[in-house]
Amino acid sequence: MKDRIRKATRHVNQNEGLIFEKSSAGKAAWKLPPLDVPEVDTSRLLGAAERKDLGNMPEVSEIEIIRHFTRLSTWNYAIDLGMYPLGSCTMKYNPRVNEAVARVEGIANGHPYQPEKISQGALQILKTLSECLIEITGMDAITLQPAAGAHGEMTGLLMVRAYHHAKGKPRKKVLIPDSAHGTNPATAAMVDYAVENLKSDSRGMVDVAALAAQMNEEVAALMLTNPNTLGIFEQDIHKIADILHAKGGLLYMDGANMNALVGKVRPGDFGVDLMHLNLHKTFSTPHGGGGPGSGPVAIKKILEPFLPKPVVVSKPDGTLGFEYNRPQSVGRVRAFYGNFGMFVRALAYIQANGPDGLRQTTEDAVLNANYIRKGLEGTYELPYSTPTMHEVVFSDKLQAKKAVRTMDIAKRLIDYGFHPYTTAFPLIVPGAMMIEPTESESVEEMDLFVDAMKSIAEEVEENPQTVLDAPHSTRVSRLDETAAARKPVLRWKPRE
Amino acid sequence: MRYLPKSPADREAMLKALGLSSVDDLFAPIPAEYRLNRDLKIPRQMAESEIVDYFRQRSRENAEGYTSFLGAGAYLHYRPVIIDSLISRGEFLTAYTPYQAEISQGTLQSIFEFQTMICELTGMEVANASMYDGSTAAAEAVMMAVRLTGRRSVAVARSLHPEYREVLATYATHQGMPLSTAGFGADGRVNLAELEKSITHETAAVLIQSPNFFGTIEDVAAIAEIAHKNGAMLVVSIAEAVSLGIVEPPREADVIAMEAQSFGVPVGFGGPYCGVIATREKFVRQMPGRLVGQTVDKQGKRGFVLTLATREQHIRREKATSNICTNQALVALMVNIFMTVYGKVGLKELAKQNLAKTAYAAGQFAKHGNVLFGGAPRFNEFVVETTEDPAAIHGRLLGDKIVGGLPLKKFYPELGNAALWCCTELTTRNAIDTAVGLIAESERSAPSTKEEPAEVTR
Repeated sequence: MKDRIRKATRHVNQNEGLIFEKSSAGKAAWKLPPLDVPEVDTSRLLGAAERKDLGNMPEVSEIEIIRHFTRLSTWNYAIDLGMYPLGSCTMKYNPRVNEAVARVEGIANGHPYQPEKISQGALQILKTLSECLIEITGMDAITLQPAAGAHGEMTGLLMVRAYHHAKGKPRKKVLIPDSAHGTNPATAAMVDYAVENLKSDSRGMVDVAALAAQMNEEVAALMLTNPNTLGIFEQDIHKIADILHAKGGLLYMDGANMNALVGKVRPGDFGVDLMHLNLHKTFSTPHGGGGPGSGPVAIKKILEPFLPKPVVVSKPDGTLGFEYNRPQSVGRVRAFYGNFGMFVRALAYIQANGPDGLRQTTEDAVLNANYIRKGLEGTYELPYSTPTMHEVVFSDKLQAKKAVRTMDIAKRLIDYGFHPYTTAFPLIVPGAMMIEPTESESVEEMDLFVDAMKSIAEEVEENPQTVLDAPHSTRVSRLDETAAARKPVLRWKPRE
Repeated sequence: MRYLPKSPADREAMLKALGLSSVDDLFAPIPAEYRLNRDLKIPRQMAESEIVDYFRQRSRENAEGYTSFLGAGAYLHYRPVIIDSLISRGEFLTAYTPYQAEISQGTLQSIFEFQTMICELTGMEVANASMYDGSTAAAEAVMMAVRLTGRRSVAVARSLHPEYREVLATYATHQGMPLSTAGFGADGRVNLAELEKSITHETAAVLIQSPNFFGTIEDVAAIAEIAHKNGAMLVVSIAEAVSLGIVEPPREADVIAMEAQSFGVPVGFGGPYCGVIATREKFVRQMPGRLVGQTVDKQGKRGFVLTLATREQHIRREKATSNICTNQALVALMVNIFMTVYGKVGLKELAKQNLAKTAYAAGQFAKHGNVLFGGAPRFNEFVVETTEDPAAIHGRLLGDKIVGGLPLKKFYPELGNAALWCCTELTTRNAIDTAVGLIAESERSAPSTKEEPAEVTR
């Protein structure tokens, strides 16, 4: 069985306990310079507010910290190790020049409240990135303030609400397709909109007739992911926009899948009124184990008065500055100006690509996804035969006959040296296997992936238990999640 | 394009395998009238050297080489070198959210350690794996209190960071959460009588910051008593995490909403930072954000997983505790490494240096300007009132490559010509003395500027 696995070889990796278990009094990894002002009497200065003890904080040396985190790091899978086919997550290469430029002195240490006169560099970065993203999306204006995609959704819906409010009434509900990300309905709830589900049709697209029937003047907006979470471009997008607009509603596009469109088509050109972007997906800023993200919201002119404040403006003297006097603004969604460090990285990425590079990137992403689709068609069930863009969704229907489900196949992929694809999403596909290779994969890597997936399908037929028990080669086997949730242990405590 | 691992021949072969003649066939589902048939109008493709050069130039236009006395929610502390060495490892930098626990134990264990240390420092029982930042953490903590108490209104201290208050106002508007504010007294602390008046039987939470926006340490016990007496929860925001090394944490709080930027995260023009929510174990199921828990694998070996996900949007959709999806994992890792480096003793010594520098600076400034709020203990910030508008004074300080404290008029008109100054362990005595000297000079000449209008009228 083992010789089927071509991409990975098991090798020794180091054991490592919790940092607290290495701690002992008197070890230190820090050294402060001598104090150049008089020492103070802390109890006199702070009185009852003085802290006496820092509890179980660790005491360790520098080499121990280096080994600790290096050892931990080796227990992670990463894009840097290989294909990371998580659908919807866009695990593309994170260029290192992005990291280098984010650490240049004036950029890393610039203070958000330093006078505008000496913030022109940062303001120029905000402005240039804004202009690039406006051009890429075909919109009219943008806010960079939201800290992540879901935060951008919230900001977008706040603007939708403010827009309708200014027109007379804020309206009551938001339409969301059944294939949408969970953040969409959760966001609508935070902005006090009722959620109404919209069914997909047999092609995996918005059911236009159903939309027309459900659309009325209580609907504030439709939140649509395009391409949707099946990787399918909503071909009737203009009809969808028309239906919304005819009744005064707005079309919100969840830009999670914008990497399928950059340089090929612009949402602003096909009727979208506002959309968020995930800089950590399309624009290569690192996922970093779960964040930081960044979720700019690009909008059409009609929504401009409602942008969060401040906005960057050119001043009469030719310098850039922040404008706070925005009476119709939805307010502030985050302190300061957003995840600036991510803007630096995204702009560096856009510069490294240019118009030709971005277009080629999109083409390669779509080409790769279709290459994998072709490679696995027949081996795994394809619930929708509609052409797909940057990702493809299979299901475990064929393997379920042997009681092997999508999560089992995903876990077995780990033994083959790959990160699993996205399991069980979108919800409209039972046993979904959502695969997004991104443009960062070579033919060789994808061939290995297709081979691995085919090999697992064979294992399901020949010896399903191997797959059910997977992974076999990791430090830990499948973990007891039920126990973890039933009696949560959320922190280390010293032994009594 | 140097990031794309394909030769033209590879692309040809792939298209052939797909039975396509051109890559544009793959974009056929997009209606032709919408397709972009031109280049995007963005900067041309640049070489790596050009990109580095571009950002170096922007850096030079961005206060490079200035000494700054700015704090106000973004603090310049020394960042140990090993933070960047370790977070630059691709296995941390380029990994996704650790949903697949078997190949994410590195991230999971480090978050578990992060949660533990945040608990140790805040005196709370549970902490999440991070939020966007301190401002959104405070808003989410308040929403948590609303869910837990079944009440809706919130009493907010005016001494909470003004931008945090703005963010809360944005979040609260459409969730039917009326806000009331309580001002501050002559000692810079929450005016307890005002606070008491602003609380009703509908108040879900009292939200304060300590050390507060002015650097003053609040009387948390007294505020907690008022909140709890009225059946409200106490949410305490901590914007300057280093204070936890020497300042007693707000143990009386029900929820702590923290900004951990001070722990090894670059000031970076305002982000990305690292918010955290910490609370009591009994409230954990209403806490937003990711949580890592300890468990065992099939062989009984210790391991870590994301847990209590039924609170979250990908499971609960519109019934989730929050729409939050990403956290700030990589930034939380910086925080984690910083906390590990300084540890039990170092954090205290570091905080002590901040305290000493600030005490010295406040003492020096007091000789020439009016240092406000002297009646209560402070950590590493203080408010100086000058005769002349601080914006004008600071314009002159820039000539000496010094960025003065934050003028407060914009946020607190009643404080007039006051500015918020901050000293950290990185602030040298020399810099303090220079700034004080320039302020003294300005104050000496200030009376004459005041007399000017009189001369004009004559």
